[in-house]
Amino acid sequence: MLRHRLMPVLGVTAALTLAACGDDNNTGSADSGSGSSESSLSGKLAGAGSSAQEAAQGAWIAGFQSANSGATISYDPVGSGGGREQFVAGGVDFAGSDAALKEDELAGAEKRCGGAENLIELPAYVSPIAVIYNLEGVDGLQLDPATIAGIFLGKIKKWNDPAIAATNEGVTLPDTDIVPVHRSDDSGTTENFTDYLHVAAKDVWTAEPDGEWPTKSGEAADGTSGVVAAVKNGAGTIGYADASQAGELGKAKVKVGDAYVEPTADAAAKILEESKRTEGAASHVWTYTLNRTPDAADTYPVVLTSYLIGCTKYDDAAKAELVKGYFNHVVSADGQSKAAETAGSAPLTDTLRGQIQPSVDAIGSAS
Amino acid sequence: MSSTEASTPPSQRGDRVFGALAKGAGITILVVLAGVALFLLVEAFPALTAPASELPDGKSLIAYVAPLAFGTLLSATLAILIAVPLALAVAIFISFYAPKRIAGTLGSIVDLLAAIPSVVYGLWGIVVLGPAIVPLHEWLADHLSFIPFFAGQASATGRTMLTVGLVLAVMILPIITAISREVFLQTPRKLTEAAYGLGATKWEMIRMTVIPFGRPALISASMLGLGRALGETMAVTMILSAAGVVSFKLLTATNPSSIAANIALQFPESSGIDVNVLIASGLVLFAITLVVNMTARWVIARSNLVNA
Amino acid sequence: MTAATAPGSGRTGTFSQAALPDWAMQVVMGGAVALAFIGIAFTDVSPALLVIVLAAVSAATIGIWAGTVEGRRKATDRLATMTMTYAFLLAVAPLVSLAWTVVSKGNGRLDLDFINHTMRNVIGEGGGAMHAIWGTVIITGVATIIAVPVGILTAIYLHEYGGTGRLKKAITFFVDVMTGIPSIVAGLFAFALFALFFGPGVRLGVMGSIALSVLMIPIVVRSTEEMLRIVPNGLRESAFALGVPKWRVITKVVLPTALAGIVTGVMLAIARVIGETAPLLVTVGTIDSLNFNPFEGRMQSLAVFTYFEYKTPGVPPEPSFDRAWAAALTLIIIVLVLTGIAKLVQRRFGVLQAR
Repeated sequence: MLRHRLMPVLGVTAALTLAACGDDNNTGSADSGSGSSESSLSGKLAGAGSSAQEAAQGAWIAGFQSANSGATISYDPVGSGGGREQFVAGGVDFAGSDAALKEDELAGAEKRCGGAENLIELPAYVSPIAVIYNLEGVDGLQLDPATIAGIFLGKIKKWNDPAIAATNEGVTLPDTDIVPVHRSDDSGTTENFTDYLHVAAKDVWTAEPDGEWPTKSGEAADGTSGVVAAVKNGAGTIGYADASQAGELGKAKVKVGDAYVEPTADAAAKILEESKRTEGAASHVWTYTLNRTPDAADTYPVVLTSYLIGCTKYDDAAKAELVKGYFNHVVSADGQSKAAETAGSAPLTDTLRGQIQPSVDAIGSAS
Repeated sequence: MSSTEASTPPSQRGDRVFGALAKGAGITILVVLAGVALFLLVEAFPALTAPASELPDGKSLIAYVAPLAFGTLLSATLAILIAVPLALAVAIFISFYAPKRIAGTLGSIVDLLAAIPSVVYGLWGIVVLGPAIVPLHEWLADHLSFIPFFAGQASATGRTMLTVGLVLAVMILPIITAISREVFLQTPRKLTEAAYGLGATKWEMIRMTVIPFGRPALISASMLGLGRALGETMAVTMILSAAGVVSFKLLTATNPSSIAANIALQFPESSGIDVNVLIASGLVLFAITLVVNMTARWVIARSNLVNA
Repeated sequence: MTAATAPGSGRTGTFSQAALPDWAMQVVMGGAVALAFIGIAFTDVSPALLVIVLAAVSAATIGIWAGTVEGRRKATDRLATMTMTYAFLLAVAPLVSLAWTVVSKGNGRLDLDFINHTMRNVIGEGGGAMHAIWGTVIITGVATIIAVPVGILTAIYLHEYGGTGRLKKAITFFVDVMTGIPSIVAGLFAFALFALFFGPGVRLGVMGSIALSVLMIPIVVRSTEEMLRIVPNGLRESAFALGVPKWRVITKVVLPTALAGIVTGVMLAIARVIGETAPLLVTVGTIDSLNFNPFEGRMQSLAVFTYFEYKTPGVPPEPSFDRAWAAALTLIIIVLVLTGIAKLVQRRFGVLQAR
């Protein structure tokens, strides 16, 4: 009896919770990769790694899958370290990482790929990190590295500090407190920002580069959106975030050589040309020691670079073809511009794309 | 209701099977709990044995967890200090002051606070509460800065320990209120009637009979609330401007983080030994909540003896 | 000061004492509340400060007024009434603010498109939470399948079989302990369990289910035990007297009688864990596409979806924020529906009433 009377109620619950029946393919919002004319590939490919790349990977996957409807590519944003770890262990076919493979990982990765010459590391994602600020009445703030370091260390406390005034002639700076905002979560953005300060302002910033913010001063916020919101809601605040997320906030120009450079995609993309390729790297390992103090006045040095890691040889030839196709899409002009659109990254320069293309072509050809 | 065919002897076997099944389920719970402790210990082990130089920041595990444990205790204590008086007052209002017809409804409304997911509290804390209480922060910092808790530069975004304490207080309020209401209703009538008979006002009756009667339950309810506040993750993760310091200042932008929040913030990007370190810190949190909860149960058990 | 001098003058005429008019409390408190609303709605004064000042002013008004007219004890009584009422309003204020925020920010995107689209291949605007809704349903469903039998059987053991044994005491104690496990610790446990066998990068829907079931079991045990306790003993005894074996008595007599209460308890347990974020964050991860298989790969859930849409928005961020609020609203609606149905089941079908 009781059970019978219960049924309608449970039925309603089921109907409510299961009401969702739509489709998984939102093809409308992702235009198919028209420019790249790969042969239609199929199969499954698993990648993992940097969460900074997540948005760009989403765009690449969408583009690649639209052109190759039989292919399914997954990307797990487990973090750079986790991605490299899983790649070395053979758990994933490719990895995304905000840093090059570390020495102890390199040996494992070479072993996985069957030799040093079979390992591929490519720069895939370059994103300018903007120094964002919220200071009423001040536009076009200009800062040098030592001042930025001083501000984020809490050593420069007021906006009208002589150090700031020195690089902003003719600007009336208010006598208000500076509130520096940093990320409270572990992130590649923080790692690259601290790396920049560590190199470009080494006299002031003594802490090692780290994904976790190393000092105990200033305000902290969760995620890029947290930092942007904190800077926006506060007064006299300054922080760092992907330039594409800055919105209407002021973006400081950073001193490079004798000039001040804005965090534009073009200026950020130049960094790899200004940087030295890692010495002694195998022929398909395109890793760089980023030049945080470039000479060229049109290069923006506060950037996050993220690599794509794979092999030229896979046990399964079809898989190798798939990796090749996907990597091709990533470094193609089309793939790069799509990432720029959706993730706000800086497209790789044509010169660089020309340099790394042979490494992509090498996939599947190695024996 | 119709079990006519079930009068044959083999049903003894059914009895034994069913009994064993029930007992097995009970034992499963013990196993699961032991498993929680065991697996956390196993996964934390590499961090417990690793030399300090391999751990994050090159600090020992204790130096890493201690500030987090401090932040955990500070935020939970703050939440309890705010929530207990408020919950007590709310429970008294619903039980004795609100019109009888709507008392149940009012109780359900307060219970709704417990139905809201913590991630929503987090969003609300950042977007609404934080900015809304910046002026209060500034006022406290300007006028009461001689009290150590209110010293320092007030945060411009309101994402402080005080805000987190308030949000946690709201989250644990329904737990404490619900238990308190239940106990208040059980106050012996003869006590309340006697108080009125002596000419007591309503408040005097409450103060002299209801509160003393409910005190043990209120204490244990507070401990349960404390346990919940200690383990709350998302609200703290999203709202707090956490810098990992040890500081009693409630209004500044530089706050101690909590164990749970730290895990949520660092876990997604962690690999290798860092994961083990985070699990070790989770083990510490487990131990802290275990002690708090056991104390609460002990208080309840003792007061039950007294009442009986 | 006034309060201290008043009793001396008012001590004589005890019973026919002067009193404040009936409307005094209502007018003063109502006025304060009305002023608070007006102040918050139309001025830039900080709500917190405004509320504190108004509460203090109205308390002082009643305190001094009642103190001079009625004496100290009555004044204290009125102040107590006022404090309790304000406390209640203060406790409800966050709820009102929360509800208003979530509904006003979330209803813009909460439409059919939102519940039947995923985030696969979605860039910028559009997309939805279908994958998250399904993930939440599957993860919570599996958790329920694990937790309910264990919970109910344990309750049966405790109440019908346990007697006064040591095992019963131990289980009772540890169920209480289990109630207090922080959700993130439950998540870490599930992670540690699977990481041991599948390596540290493992993320599966079923891991989240296990974490949630750890949180659900004690709730189910508690509520079921409560229900079994109020099944009249006469019912059991008359069945025993007919020679029905114990397990048939439990399954055919005791459980059906307590069914409505048990269902209510289970639904409340589901409502309690369905909004959990932290344990899923460390076990299930996040994904843009639909995944119906809890044993393979990551799944999305509404709570984690809400968190990540807010934390890592796209370019521009607004569509992501809108989705975050819409997902939050969806989640709250699901929890409320579950709670509502639970209460309804209890009221409509409950043969037994607790207390």
